[in-house]
Amino acid sequence: MLNKTGVPSLSLIKTKFPEQNKLFKAKAITECYEEIPCNPCSTSCPFEAITIGEDINKLPVVDFDKCTGCGICVYSCPGLAIFTVALKKEKAIFKIPYELLPYPKVDETWKAVNRDGLVIGEAIIKKVILKPKQDRTLLVEVEVDKNLLYDFITIKE
Amino acid sequence: MIFKDLVIIGGGPAGLSAAKIAAEAGVSCLIIERDPFLGGQLIKQTHMFFGSEKQYAKTRGLDIAKILIDDCLKHQDLIEIMTSTTVVGLYKDKVITTLHDDTYNKIKAKSIIVSTGASERFFAFENNDLPGVYGAGAVQTLMNVYGVKPADKVIMVGSGNIGLIVSYQLHQAGVKVLKVIEAASNIGGYKVHASKIRRIGIPIETRKTIKRAIGKDKVEQVEIVSLDDDWNIVDNSSEIIDVDAVCISVGLIPQRNLLSMIDIKTKFIKELGGIVPIINEDHQTSDKDVYVCGDVSGVEEASSAIVEGYYTGLIAARNLGKEHQDFKTLNIDYKNQLLNLRSGPFGKKTLKGLEIMKEDANVK
Ligand SMILES: Cc1cc2nc3c(=O)[nH]c(=O)nc-3n(C[C@H](O)[C@H](O)[C@H](O)COP(=O)(O)OP(=O)(O)OC[C@H]3O[C@@H](n4cnc5c(N)ncnc54)[C@H](O)[C@@H]3O)c2cc1C
Ligand code: SF4
Ligand code: SF4
Repeated sequence: MLNKTGVPSLSLIKTKFPEQNKLFKAKAITECYEEIPCNPCSTSCPFEAITIGEDINKLPVVDFDKCTGCGICVYSCPGLAIFTVALKKEKAIFKIPYELLPYPKVDETWKAVNRDGLVIGEAIIKKVILKPKQDRTLLVEVEVDKNLLYDFITIKE
Repeated sequence: MIFKDLVIIGGGPAGLSAAKIAAEAGVSCLIIERDPFLGGQLIKQTHMFFGSEKQYAKTRGLDIAKILIDDCLKHQDLIEIMTSTTVVGLYKDKVITTLHDDTYNKIKAKSIIVSTGASERFFAFENNDLPGVYGAGAVQTLMNVYGVKPADKVIMVGSGNIGLIVSYQLHQAGVKVLKVIEAASNIGGYKVHASKIRRIGIPIETRKTIKRAIGKDKVEQVEIVSLDDDWNIVDNSSEIIDVDAVCISVGLIPQRNLLSMIDIKTKFIKELGGIVPIINEDHQTSDKDVYVCGDVSGVEEASSAIVEGYYTGLIAARNLGKEHQDFKTLNIDYKNQLLNLRSGPFGKKTLKGLEIMKEDANVK
């Protein structure tokens, strides 16, 4: 699937998630399935929660006990392949990278989109963060239905 | 005639990096660049780059260019820069003919580093000369250098990193990318790039190719067909799609025409992108005073072009009698960085190509 369409299978996606009971706090999910020469996720994490190692082609591994869900790796990943997610009651709170215009605004309701680019529900914009060190990649915090945990990936106006 | 110790032809990441290290070692050099600006391919790249921090990973390409140019400007006493100047001739006695504003000039160098990069590969299909059939690089230049929206509805042919990235940038610029088609059975570029464009609604379809462009004075439609595992067109698979541009991104070819003027030994090495100069470990060609680095010696990435540039600058300086004060450390560091960059599945191809090259590199 991934090799032909760019869409990973559900079982592959789940390999990157911790147990759901770990998600009471936000954790980084690295959707990086292929060895490429790249390591900013690991070098940008202030808590040393992502390891790649000497050989920068190796896949990132997240230590969910160390990850604070701060979101720095989210905007540092050149592949836009990282988001954070936490579960709060019936909702999943995601922090995603976003680089398209127009920018979302807090309290707006946008469309929740899956990895196939299809609309799967609603996403309420909670925070929109753009500091200079993010180098023009927005960090958007959105709230979606909990059952979209493994499907949600981005937003659309 | 102007005399120079080291002339660097091409001011992309490889050439700029070579100049920086050579100047650090105390060599006076001249960078000659055809475009009005330095930076090569980098100035069109608005996306964050891969690699490790040493090669400025997670920095956007155009900002990496700024860093490399600033590094050179710090050595203004030693680095001279000529932009909008094309090298049109190269002679065996290291004389270089340049063309600038309709004026030809001659420069004589002791050593030359050729870092002319690569040019876009094109391929044959009916009406591929219609206006609206673009190379992906041309589209990037229009959009990201000149701020011109190249079209409204396009099809991207080729799913290598360039095809995927340019599709993303077209989408950012408000252009509808209908789909990316790929003749091979798998996506060519990094899957993170593929996933990134898939999720914003651009489908990637493998085993498909373009049969022809259709239109009177410009592209109005394209005919797309499916291919079977033997690369034959599948019957009744034709699909006609309305577009106003086709974007071709089917690979790059090392730009080595200057090297042929001085009969540098070359070899066809598929893994390196086509016909490449044969070089030894020191990046010397069959003429030991002519070096190459970057995409011209094998199509790779900016990350490796930068490190190759540093390495070549270091060696060329030493051979000109100016050994860099950190020669030993840097020498090892650059080699390790290159090995590290090339140790994954994508780099294997380059390593294989370099192995094939070694068989011929009896030039030292
Ligand atoms: C769309 C796209 C996306 C990319 N993304 C990435 C990425 O994410 N990460 C990454 O690491 N790499 C990426 N690359 C690859 C990277 O840009 C190239 O590998 C790199 O620029 C090669 O550097 P170079 O210095 O060898 O050549 P170039 O950058 O091509 O520079 C060569 C220079 O030589 C000049 N020149 C050529 N002939 C002459 C002549 N006769 N006289 C004077 N000057 C001449 C040219 O004008 C040019 O400025 C991307 C490339 C493209 C096109
Ligand atoms: S979210 Fe923060 S703590 Fe967690 S891996 Fe990313 S950078 Fe590290
Ligand atoms: S920064 Fe992103 S693309 Fe690079 S290795 Fe980390 S997760 Fe993968």
